[in-house]
Amino acid sequence: MIQSTQHPGADTLAAKGWWLTYRWLILRRMSQFGFLGLFLLGPWADIWIVRGNLNASMTLDFLPLTDPYVLLQSLAARHSPELTAIIGALIIAAFYLLVGGRVYCSWVCPVNIVTDAAAWLRQRLGLTGGTRLSSNTRYWLFGATLLVSMVTGVIAWELINPVSMLHRGLIFGMSAGWIVILAIFLFDLLVSQRGWCGHLCPVGAFYSVLGNTSVLRVSAARREQCDKCMDCFQVCPEPQVLKTPLFGADKGAGPIILSPNCTNCGRCIDICTRDVFQFGTRFGCQTEQNLQLTKETQR
Amino acid sequence: MDKTRRRLISDVARTAGGVALCGLALSMYARKSASMPAQALRPPGAIGNKEFLSACVRCGLCVRGCPFDTLQLARLNDDVATGTPWFNAREIPCEMCEDIPCVAACPTGALDPTLTDIDDARMGTAVLVDQENCLNFLGLRCEVCYRVCPLIDAAITIEWQHNARSGKHSRLLPTVHADACTGCGKCEHACVLEESAIKVLPLRVARGTPNQHYRFGWEEKQQAGESLVPLDPEHRYNLPEGLDYDYEGEGLIRDNKPVTPFPANPLETLNQESTP
Repeated sequence: MIQSTQHPGADTLAAKGWWLTYRWLILRRMSQFGFLGLFLLGPWADIWIVRGNLNASMTLDFLPLTDPYVLLQSLAARHSPELTAIIGALIIAAFYLLVGGRVYCSWVCPVNIVTDAAAWLRQRLGLTGGTRLSSNTRYWLFGATLLVSMVTGVIAWELINPVSMLHRGLIFGMSAGWIVILAIFLFDLLVSQRGWCGHLCPVGAFYSVLGNTSVLRVSAARREQCDKCMDCFQVCPEPQVLKTPLFGADKGAGPIILSPNCTNCGRCIDICTRDVFQFGTRFGCQTEQNLQLTKETQR
Repeated sequence: MDKTRRRLISDVARTAGGVALCGLALSMYARKSASMPAQALRPPGAIGNKEFLSACVRCGLCVRGCPFDTLQLARLNDDVATGTPWFNAREIPCEMCEDIPCVAACPTGALDPTLTDIDDARMGTAVLVDQENCLNFLGLRCEVCYRVCPLIDAAITIEWQHNARSGKHSRLLPTVHADACTGCGKCEHACVLEESAIKVLPLRVARGTPNQHYRFGWEEKQQAGESLVPLDPEHRYNLPEGLDYDYEGEGLIRDNKPVTPFPANPLETLNQESTP
């Protein structure tokens, strides 16, 4: 039963109730605002649990954390960082190898709130069409940022990175940075659906690469119950990752979403009335052969 | 098949072309980003301006380390590379904390951790840029820049000079010594003029560099303990009779001739035997 694309999940509310319909979304927003709040607690309330911003921070004067993508650009620009920054980057990398690279995008990144809002409004207004971008553009851009860093000797993407601009701006002062954030909102709303996070952002591309083999995965574990209502495709920020695990059973594809582009946002779990999806690990209920096939078909 | 392949190739070309264009624009922007306005100073210990942009991850931990609100992170509309720390000495100068908390907080080494004595910091150097408006140069007594200097009598000294205007007073001139000045900017901050007459400028703007082969005789002489060139050879001057030449009492070898052919007692001349 195909539903109105403007209101995906209209019957989910009736079937599952409010909490189960929005559970992961609410937890995700709490996580996003929670991380932001931790950083803002210092400058706003003078409670210094975390100093710095997402690029590098110091928690309780003890735990250093560094964005490995920024450090990678720094290395490309031929700087040898101090040990503190390297340790911080290793901790972050290890964490996302466990929970999924693009968990950064959907559970931490502040720009996700902006682009999610644009996608929601786009859906509500019934806006379709716009520029068709290759979702691989971000990988090209990711490579380009490393190349430019290497050639110019400058951490290049940080000069214009809207992600750190928004996060740093909220903590240290925004000024004209709002223009960039507004531009991204309008771009996603009017120019290209899920354009920024789903097609262009090289930070997301880096975390995809980092989390290519990460452990925590969403699985279409009960895909035989699927009634093809396509609600999950409507709400998924990277809908191309759903196809094979959900419908590839007859080709021998396993049900686990192994694409590195999946952000582990859990919206598909929320929206599905048939309880098809669940969180699991990449190793659950799949044979090695299936795993290989799934990977190949999802590329 | 041919159609899908053509489409694939054109898609890849489109993406690659677009990204290459973005990359080019970004690299041009990146090259320009190393230039800073002269009034923007980096925190103490900042490594060279170009290298700084390869090392600083724009986290703001130095800003948090600074107890005086001196440092700020550049915003998009500032003329400093986005997100990097800087300060304007006229607004809030560096207070030169002994434990240098900004350097201690830097996780990447963009602020050099080997800087342990704040007196060794070189954020820039003060230059008394406007001698026409500096009150001391006009012959008045101000010296505020000298008084507030954390390295008073080393980084800024007062040099006395004759005041030619009044003809009978001295001018007490604040004089910066760049080999001691850290560029903290206390002087620029304190200058009583509406626009400061003394300003901290980046070293690349403020300082010249002597040619490498230059040697200064007086320095070499002091180092060697004696003159490095042989003493002047003895001179003899064939001066006309009655003339005397003297260069600071040196250089003239006198024969034991009388200075004047005429004896002191005129009678001797009169009684002189005539030459045959």
